[in-house]
Amino acid sequence: MPRTIKVEIKRQSNPDAPVVTEKFEIPYRPNMNITSLLGEIACNPITADGKTTAPIAYDSNCLEEICGSCAMLINGKARMACSALVDKLQAGNPDEPITLAPLSKFPVVRDLSVDRSVLFQNLKAVKAWVPIDGTYDLGAAPRQFPQIQEERYPLSNCISCTICMEVCPQFNDSTNFVGAATIAQVKLFNMDPAGSVLKEERLRALAGDGGVQECGFAQNCVEACPKQLPLTEAISDVTREVIVQQVKDFFTR
Amino acid sequence: MAASPRIIVVGGGLAGLSSVIKIAEAGGTVYLFSIVPVKRSNSVCAQGGINAAKDLKGEGDSVLKHFDDTVYGGDFLANQTPVKNMTAQGPAIIDLLDRMGVPFNRTPEGLLDFRRFGGTLYQRTAFAGATTGQQLLYALDEQVRRHESEGKVTKYEGWEFLSAVLDDNGVCRGIVAMNLRTMETRTFPADAIIICTGGNGAIFGKSTNSVVCTGSAQSALYQQGAFYANGEFIQVHPTAIPGEDKLRLMSESARGEGGRVWVPRDRNDKRVARSIPEADRYYFLEERYPKYGNLVPRDIATREIFKIVYEDNMGIDGQPMVYLDLTHLPKERLHKLEGILEIYEKFVGDDPREVPMKIFPGVHYTMGGLWVDFNQQTNIPGVFAAGEADYSIHGANRLGANSLLYCIYGGFVAGPQALNYAKALKPATGDGGHAAELQRQNEKNKQLTSSSGTENPFKIWRELGETMTKHATIVRYNAGLDEADAKIVELLHRYKNINLSDKSQWANTSFAFTRQLYNMLELGRVIVRGARLRDESRGAHYKPEFPNRNDEQFLKTTKAAFVDGAPSITYEDVDTSHIKPRPRVYSST
Repeated sequence: MPRTIKVEIKRQSNPDAPVVTEKFEIPYRPNMNITSLLGEIACNPITADGKTTAPIAYDSNCLEEICGSCAMLINGKARMACSALVDKLQAGNPDEPITLAPLSKFPVVRDLSVDRSVLFQNLKAVKAWVPIDGTYDLGAAPRQFPQIQEERYPLSNCISCTICMEVCPQFNDSTNFVGAATIAQVKLFNMDPAGSVLKEERLRALAGDGGVQECGFAQNCVEACPKQLPLTEAISDVTREVIVQQVKDFFTR
Repeated sequence: MAASPRIIVVGGGLAGLSSVIKIAEAGGTVYLFSIVPVKRSNSVCAQGGINAAKDLKGEGDSVLKHFDDTVYGGDFLANQTPVKNMTAQGPAIIDLLDRMGVPFNRTPEGLLDFRRFGGTLYQRTAFAGATTGQQLLYALDEQVRRHESEGKVTKYEGWEFLSAVLDDNGVCRGIVAMNLRTMETRTFPADAIIICTGGNGAIFGKSTNSVVCTGSAQSALYQQGAFYANGEFIQVHPTAIPGEDKLRLMSESARGEGGRVWVPRDRNDKRVARSIPEADRYYFLEERYPKYGNLVPRDIATREIFKIVYEDNMGIDGQPMVYLDLTHLPKERLHKLEGILEIYEKFVGDDPREVPMKIFPGVHYTMGGLWVDFNQQTNIPGVFAAGEADYSIHGANRLGANSLLYCIYGGFVAGPQALNYAKALKPATGDGGHAAELQRQNEKNKQLTSSSGTENPFKIWRELGETMTKHATIVRYNAGLDEADAKIVELLHRYKNINLSDKSQWANTSFAFTRQLYNMLELGRVIVRGARLRDESRGAHYKPEFPNRNDEQFLKTTKAAFVDGAPSITYEDVDTSHIKPRPRVYSST
């Protein structure tokens, strides 16, 4: 019999529905990734015990780990489904089932799809933008040495996948912690020559409840980040600046 | 005149966000609709860079040279006036992006760095590593977030455009959209709408495009009376990584930084790539195109790779693959390509710094699209379009790194033009067609949910992709195109017998997909029909039966109209008011 891939998927048809696990067996092909497995199920939505079911709902778009959509728990680990290769996941034990579940720290929409809009709200709160005067032609931007670009570019690679938030022990309802991604963006915009005009406002936004002080330096974020952002370094740098800002504000405001 | 014009922008990639910013700046009220959170739009996939003739390398580059390269690269099919305007705006657009904080690569002196791209001899492409599209999209996304926080923009993320609302006079009065969670369908009034919904790679099954790039919105408008222009012009990118679920792009910047394409001279050479000495390697692009080398335009590189594999039988190990070799590049050059090297490493498992990459062409870009006038307006009053969704600028073949420039330029034109149009718009009589259009869409939904057939939509999609890829990509034969059209007609017939395996009314992704699928089928016919009737070879459209360009008959824009349920093709003259068409030859020395 040709080889199959066993998959167990945690499903929920809507936010109020009961959580169930469905098992599937997918014909093996070399070089499959998790999104192609889910595509196979859509073409043939039948569980391992022969029951017809609905295709799996999940977020995806670019399928090359740059849009940040398809984060989920794969064998218990938060990662991007498109870059999770079946052959690697099953290396050594091809009979072991692959488990898929939605990220655990965000409200489930359906099956593997979750609502991560909190990150975009956070980016608004810290004003993660350069407040340009307008889009009309104002000539060239100030010169910027390559060293600055080298430091900014890695931070600007954040794909908003929220994996750093998922794996952070401090990211929960009781702390309201904004999470590493938002803090890294604060560093990014504070480093931009024109963006730094909002530096103080950004630092103050991270000073109170849910701000940098909530970080427990577990360092899970930097290990899990699929784009290898220097997250812990960004958190330390921004924390230092937040403290300096708080001291300044204490004496001047 | 509407007091405060309401503009709806559909699509949150570079073109959509650019339109939104211009409208918000001008004081308009703007509503932004997107299937995905806009930060996850397909523009993030663009890698290599953005063109602008800033001439910071002392090469004597100029806006006019950029203009000429673009028109020539597009085999003279593009209307020249918009191209001229776009290239003239290039340098200012780059400066603006720089001011927005895009982390462009720099020279030691702190100026913008530029690299060379295909179809030009100048270093004209500004870049942020090898993830330029992502960086530009983020910069615009941030500006839109800022306008949103100031209440000038309202986002409807997770809503899919279904159709335009047209009044009795055929004037656009809004849109019908579907909430992808609640599956609610409703209408939204607008004085003008701008369609920025990107390309249609999904019609080919596997492509370098994102999942949302189905062309569904463009097709819906075409079925409502909009002309779809130059549908047959589909760019197949020369260098993609073949994959199970998609073809992953390997940016032209790999060659811009010095990457070389080759195969072993002896097709039976079984040696490991790096151990094959120079003399035994066939750098076929460099030998055949000494001046441009590996940086010939994409249509040409793609055809050469295709020929090496299928005519000369020289693919690596007899497989449809050739080497794209970066292993000889110095570290600092490789560093500028990190983003794409990581993609290759992650998805293939080999380190491209050590092992030559194996690549093959893949469907990449939609040169055709909604027909627009020079103000970005379609033939439906009040419906504008910009970016990959429209047909302007790229002609028969797009030059690398012109897409990002055009998306932003197109949005910058469409936004203010839509606003001007809306300000002069007379109020609708009655409800402007809202109730009727909503009912039409609800009926379509009802048909789908009540259909109890046997056809799986995802399987129909696969068959569509297979037939389109086989007959309507790199090499096209009239017999094959006829076969493809007949196949799509068959699929449209089978679509009536569809079985939605999920009939629920919550976050039903297969329902949304099945709606898109219908539009993909109709647009597939436009592509195939346009290709069938164009008996010549021009840019990306290549017919061995008609190997030459035929300006007398086909220096014309193809316009498809939806008549009696099928594409009806007419032709329109191309604006050649600035550069006289000349033979397109890249092989000279």
